[in-house]
Amino acid sequence: MAPLSEEARARRSHATYGYEAGARGRRGEAETPSGGEAEVLSEPATVLAPAGTAERTVTFDLGVTTVRALNSELHAPTATSYEVLRPQGAHAIAAGVHAPLTIDVRGHAGYYCAGMNDGGLITVQGNVGTGVAENMMSGVVRVRGDASQSAGATAHGGLLVIEGSASMRCGISMKGVDIVVGGDIGPMSAFMAQAGRLVVCGDAGDGLGDSIYEARIYVRGTVAGLGADCVEKDLRAEHRAELAELLTAAGIDPVGEYAPERFRRYGSARRLYHFAAGNSAAY
Amino acid sequence: MCGIVGLHLRDPELYPRLGRLLETMLRQVVERGPDSAGVAVYGDRRRCPRGHAAVSVLLGSAGGAPVDGEGTDPARAGLEAAVRAALPGSPELLVTAAGATTVVAAPVDVDTLVDAVRRAVPSALVVGSGRDLTVYKGIGDPVALAATYDLANAQGWQGLAHTRMATESAVNPEGCHPYAVGPDQCLVHNGSFANHATIRRELAAEGVRFDSENDSEVGARFVAAQLAQGADLDKALRLLCERFDGFYTLLVTSDDGFAVVRDAIACKPAIIAETPAWVAMASEFRALADLPGIDTARIYEPEPERVYAWRR
Repeated sequence: MAPLSEEARARRSHATYGYEAGARGRRGEAETPSGGEAEVLSEPATVLAPAGTAERTVTFDLGVTTVRALNSELHAPTATSYEVLRPQGAHAIAAGVHAPLTIDVRGHAGYYCAGMNDGGLITVQGNVGTGVAENMMSGVVRVRGDASQSAGATAHGGLLVIEGSASMRCGISMKGVDIVVGGDIGPMSAFMAQAGRLVVCGDAGDGLGDSIYEARIYVRGTVAGLGADCVEKDLRAEHRAELAELLTAAGIDPVGEYAPERFRRYGSARRLYHFAAGNSAAY
Repeated sequence: MCGIVGLHLRDPELYPRLGRLLETMLRQVVERGPDSAGVAVYGDRRRCPRGHAAVSVLLGSAGGAPVDGEGTDPARAGLEAAVRAALPGSPELLVTAAGATTVVAAPVDVDTLVDAVRRAVPSALVVGSGRDLTVYKGIGDPVALAATYDLANAQGWQGLAHTRMATESAVNPEGCHPYAVGPDQCLVHNGSFANHATIRRELAAEGVRFDSENDSEVGARFVAAQLAQGADLDKALRLLCERFDGFYTLLVTSDDGFAVVRDAIACKPAIIAETPAWVAMASEFRALADLPGIDTARIYEPEPERVYAWRR
């Protein structure tokens, strides 16, 4: 994939997807600030820190301490920046963060990493297990490796970036989150997706967008097969514009190989909204 | 929910460490299956010397009183003499007590030893047999069970372990995985088969006998029947995918193979890691996290209905 973001880009994404933008990830409100990068970047990091907290990085070594101790600290933070060492695939790392904290997980995480994130800027320097950023409300979760199944499940807002590939059921029942995947996604992704946007720079597995409601899906590579009521749609100017924004937010330059024109758009045919006897086999 | 771990070693220098590595992996899947645990080890010469066959048995009738780990059970005490008497030439036996399981090894062929054990102690349940394979089963805390199996000191070239959270049949030693129903074969399963009763009846009509009510045993018997008819692991598992409905992640091993398959929906987890020194499979990454060289391993999830198989 294209060169990925520097810290500066991540901060800009954070401003877009975190508390400060007031967007809380809802579609149509998460515009990139028109002032551009410079204005956002000029914001000192302390703006993000709750009053009275010190600007320092606190390190948790999960080879020594427990996930519960880590998460207790993150739920009542005494700092704005955290580093997690030796995650070793443990479950629920940085779950339930509800403040604009920067959290760097240095290794592979297990299930439900960054689950329910509400405002955190959480980076995993490795792979993640099932359900990364499940039910995220806002913030940015970045996975530098691959994600297991159900990435971003039921998430309402924020941005989930998976630099590698995601396996089955990526974005299942997504409710407003933006998901950008640098590689491929597995079968049955965006199943019953309700809102939000899913961008896939690689290929999509079989059954994409089955029983989708209203999310928008962009795939650059091939789609093994579309699920019930998911159809290809025109890629109009407004879609190219939002795609460029999403790619940029994820740290991918939307040019050349990654130009919006290289993607195809998929969404709901809206034929399953109301019960019709002729559709009964599709339910 | 159940937990699976498996390790297929390519580098012989790791053979002495197989048990230690497997035990470390097992500890990470205890939460997935806290009610029982089973282990299979291939090539542990402590218990199955070269040139011997080994038979792993649960003594006492199904659901009988638990056997202590020291071999003081009368059935176990009488086993050695009875099996020896049942074998031509009364060879020396190597008998190892390991929790509820007893491993009997003798310098005879596998069928002869299995037959002798069955005749000598009709109430004994054979839970594994082969020239390389030893199997241990028991109910209770998996880590405590692994200690009774002396897993940490096991040696060999391949092994697997299963922690069980029972859903389809009772919690007892015979309901515990692995199912080792053919020579040097093992199957462990996370999930539940939906049509196992139908397939059980079909296999029973063909003369196949079952040792438990467990759905996973049906899968193991099906695979064993395919292998007996000349299929390799890859083909046997592709046939299983065609015939079985339900949820499954399976790890299946043989005298030279190690194979993984998941059902079409693939909601039961699996992750594979490979290095030049080993192939490992587990329900979750955390079970692989301490393997030597994991930092440079190729790590991936098996795709639905695709058979991944390795040969020695």
